[in-house]
Amino acid sequence: MILSTREQSGVLVVCVNGRLDHVTSELFNSGLSPLIDRCSQENPPVLLDFSNVDYISSAGLRVLMMASNRAKSQKGAFAIAALKPLVQEIFAISRFTLIMPCYISVETACKVLGK
Amino acid sequence: MNQVIFWGTRGSLPVALSRNDVREKVLAALTAANGKTFKTRSALGEFVDSLPFSVAGTFGGNSACVEIVHTGPEHFICDMGSGARPLGQAKIARYGAPNPQTYHIFISHLHWDHLMGFPYFAPMYIPGNRIVIHGCHKQLEEAFRMQMRSPSFPVDYSQAGAQIEFDLMTPNKAHFIAGINVIPKLQLHLGDSYGYRFESTNRTVVYSTDSEHKLEDLPARQACVDFFAKADLVIFDAMYSLAEAVSVKADWGHSSNVVAVELCQAAQAKRVALFHHEPMHDDRQLSRLLKETQRLEQITRGTHQPLEVISAYDDLIIEL
Repeated sequence: MILSTREQSGVLVVCVNGRLDHVTSELFNSGLSPLIDRCSQENPPVLLDFSNVDYISSAGLRVLMMASNRAKSQKGAFAIAALKPLVQEIFAISRFTLIMPCYISVETACKVLGK
Repeated sequence: MNQVIFWGTRGSLPVALSRNDVREKVLAALTAANGKTFKTRSALGEFVDSLPFSVAGTFGGNSACVEIVHTGPEHFICDMGSGARPLGQAKIARYGAPNPQTYHIFISHLHWDHLMGFPYFAPMYIPGNRIVIHGCHKQLEEAFRMQMRSPSFPVDYSQAGAQIEFDLMTPNKAHFIAGINVIPKLQLHLGDSYGYRFESTNRTVVYSTDSEHKLEDLPARQACVDFFAKADLVIFDAMYSLAEAVSVKADWGHSSNVVAVELCQAAQAKRVALFHHEPMHDDRQLSRLLKETQRLEQITRGTHQPLEVISAYDDLIIEL
């Protein structure tokens, strides 16, 4: 999965699209992995723009968990922003809101994470 | 098969309501009554039944024990957690001692919370009863004997009055037992656990507890979907939240409500019962978990048939 990126206020914003389910999550993982490789104290925080994500399954959530853990181990910052209401509900039910920084919008996240 | 009765639904360790838990329920009920008067006991009963389950009831605290009621004369039971004690009492009350019965007991695995009720299962002390313990672990018989050995228990296994037999089953093979096809399946759990698929001529029930699902393992996912396929009821280990199951409690051998819904939707199962409740969760938390899981099923259903989501509690009877 090719993930388009842009820099905004010192944050690497990654645009994610479509459904992240047990079929697409490995592709999502392979697309995200090289970006997380560079997520460290010296490099910009990585922010996933979820405004075009329609659905996420447990497999997709697991990819986020692995990415977050790797970023933490490299002392990098990793977060998610602009969840659609349905995706927001899935995050809440799975309790991912308790372990993953989620922001209401990309702009809000960039204000907090940006340099 | 026409009914499933839950005698024990708690995971890991039996729990009981504390004085404070009961007090909170009484306070909540009296607050809801808000000065109402009830002229008859029936009117009072109606009011109590209108209260939320977490106020008027409890999920209970016995560890895993589930009965599958078949049309034939023999009894089918999954696991011998502490729920086996009230189950045994109910059987004695119904059939009496001089009326020999045959009990088929299917053991998911040998951890103590799934065996601890056996020494309190009264039918085992009554001569004439026949108890067949089915399972896939080679140490099945030894595990049952060991927990009744001094100094762990005052009554030795040899004091059992019933005729006790052990049946070592083969995973992934259908075993025809007293009118039901039973298929065991290996599950991911420390020391291994086994799920059981029970198929009668018109109903299918799957008992799948103490099972972790690795989300990245697609062949294992498909095998599980096949195992659950079109079941009338799947009894599913939903002990943790998904966040816990993939982070701090990864490799602890349990699963979540989110994975329960996903697998049962993919399997086109009709109903799923959340089971093996976390001992730290109180009635309010478990009620909330149920509502959230029902909502998750609703928003992720897509083109699937609706999946009924329930949460098992001690004494729950489900008509299949």
